[in-house]
Amino acid sequence: MNTSEGGSAPLPTPPPEGCAGKASARTDASLLKRRNAKLVGGVVIGLVLCLAAVLAPWLTPHDPNRQDLSAIRQPPVWMGGAWDHPLGTDSLGRDLLSRLLWSSRVAVMVAVGATLCAAVIGTPVGLVSGYFRGRVDTVLMRVVDVWMSIPAVLLAIALMAVLGVGLLKVILAIVLVDWTRFARVIRGEVLALREREFVEASRAIGLGPFRIMAEELLPNLVPLLIVLASLEMAIAVGVEALLSFVGLGVEAAVPSWGSMIAEGRGYLLVGWWGMTLPMLALVVTVVGFNLLGEGLRERLDPRLRTEAAR
Amino acid sequence: MSVRYLLGRVGLALLSLWGVTVLAFVVLRVIPGDPALLMAPVGASQADIAEIRAQFGLSGPIWLQYVAWVWGTVRGRFGKSLWLQQDAIRVILERLPATLELALAALVLAVAGGILVGVLSVLWRRTWFESATLGVGTLGLSIPNFIWGLLFIVFFGALLRWLPISGRIAPDFEMAPLTGFLLVDTLLRRDPGAFASVTAHLILPAAALALPLLAVVFRAVRSDLLTAVNEEYVVMERMKGLGELRIIFWRALKNALIPTTTLVGVQFGFLIGGTVLIEAIFSWPGIGQLTLAAFQYRDFPLIQGIVVVYAVTVILTNFLVDLGYAFLNPKVRYA
Repeated sequence: MNTSEGGSAPLPTPPPEGCAGKASARTDASLLKRRNAKLVGGVVIGLVLCLAAVLAPWLTPHDPNRQDLSAIRQPPVWMGGAWDHPLGTDSLGRDLLSRLLWSSRVAVMVAVGATLCAAVIGTPVGLVSGYFRGRVDTVLMRVVDVWMSIPAVLLAIALMAVLGVGLLKVILAIVLVDWTRFARVIRGEVLALREREFVEASRAIGLGPFRIMAEELLPNLVPLLIVLASLEMAIAVGVEALLSFVGLGVEAAVPSWGSMIAEGRGYLLVGWWGMTLPMLALVVTVVGFNLLGEGLRERLDPRLRTEAAR
Repeated sequence: MSVRYLLGRVGLALLSLWGVTVLAFVVLRVIPGDPALLMAPVGASQADIAEIRAQFGLSGPIWLQYVAWVWGTVRGRFGKSLWLQQDAIRVILERLPATLELALAALVLAVAGGILVGVLSVLWRRTWFESATLGVGTLGLSIPNFIWGLLFIVFFGALLRWLPISGRIAPDFEMAPLTGFLLVDTLLRRDPGAFASVTAHLILPAAALALPLLAVVFRAVRSDLLTAVNEEYVVMERMKGLGELRIIFWRALKNALIPTTTLVGVQFGFLIGGTVLIEAIFSWPGIGQLTLAAFQYRDFPLIQGIVVVYAVTVILTNFLVDLGYAFLNPKVRYA
């Protein structure tokens, strides 16, 4: 939902056919370099995020929720603030650096939790739909169509309003909205895979459909799943921020970039950093997961190797 | 266009509509406890709750409740908004033009901008411009709408003060709505000042809403063009001495149309969903802004109305896109 949900389209672009000529003028070396740049960028951002999340209790100078009304809206050090609060404080005097670091925990948990669950629900649906085709496919894909005709953001907000706030509920809402993404893409891939010789061979030696799905098709879907998962993590982090921004995300006591952005917006004209810093953290994270996804896609999908050359 | 294709599409749209009513019904009735309790104000008596239950058809067997609810929905009767004390459907329809104007403006921006940037990035390939567009494409895709909105407010609204950041029109131009689409209204009234004000108010929210879709369109157009510029007949045209600009533009406008149409159909749902947050951030008086308030007040009649109207908009768009696609691509028509 990138949102927009950002609505990123995880479908690989169709392979260019016969892209000789000008496009291949580039050497393979520069091609590799560029593909690696995306991947390396994504991996580095992902690692930093995970480290921040795991080490937050040791890295943070203050309790993220400790209020200090004698030191509210302090600027970051480079704007004349004190080293005690390197990135300044918010309107309740809470240390922004500590809150930013603790928020990365929510981001990581939502990214991993929601993505895993969405994949676990969406993948079997896609497998069954694509493998059996016919009526099963029609029914399942109609369900997916209907599901998708409610705008994702609206559905997520509606679910949260009904479920109530909380980390697990955020994850549940994102999963309920986004499992369709996996189902759709996996189905498309299975439709193509099931016609290949190795699947036909398995059918010929009498393997049952579910065994073929689990033992022949699923391993071949792993590269696609990895790519989808990284892109989904970006979406999940964005949706969590959005929900927390409107007050329908994690509990108020848990720091989250979304709620920090909302708080910072309240005193934007007094101190721009209160809103900008969590926004920056969110943007870097989301872009990082996207780079990871795109880098992996270019690396794992041989059809795209040539396209990356451009 | 064959009648069969048309009927199939109509059937699909109706099926989706039916599905949405089921979903909206299930989400609001079945998941947690008793909606009457959720709707009741704090300290309501048993009698009050019973009254709410009767008013919203929450008594009797579940299938009967569903039938009654669908019958009401078909006639546009969602009940009275608890918060505004007006007919929910009237409140929604009054605000629908504002949301549609914003969404359509964003759609035009996204498609026109996406095609333009796509063409330029292929025309000037292997220059800094291409790298810049690729970077912006990744950013546009990854960063959620509402973050773009907040960034625009900070830079163009608060720091540079170039453009207004809230509402649809400057207060001195307020007028009784004719169509509700202010761009059209101000033109009909031949009021250039008001028209300029509406346009200025529209730019930032529409741009924030458009950016992710713009990035998607840009990538599709670019990928299509990159394949095209090496095809034989294009090479042929180049040898005949046609300019690169002419080749690419001709090619782009002709061949990027079909993939872009489907893409826009798929992505329009995201765009419409994006209005919820964008309208809240820019104080845009449409349905999106209403949505968050409706949830805060637990205004179930209004929420149901909003969900159904949003879904109908998306389904209708997809239906029209399917028809447009069949019109553009004869292969689909007879498949």
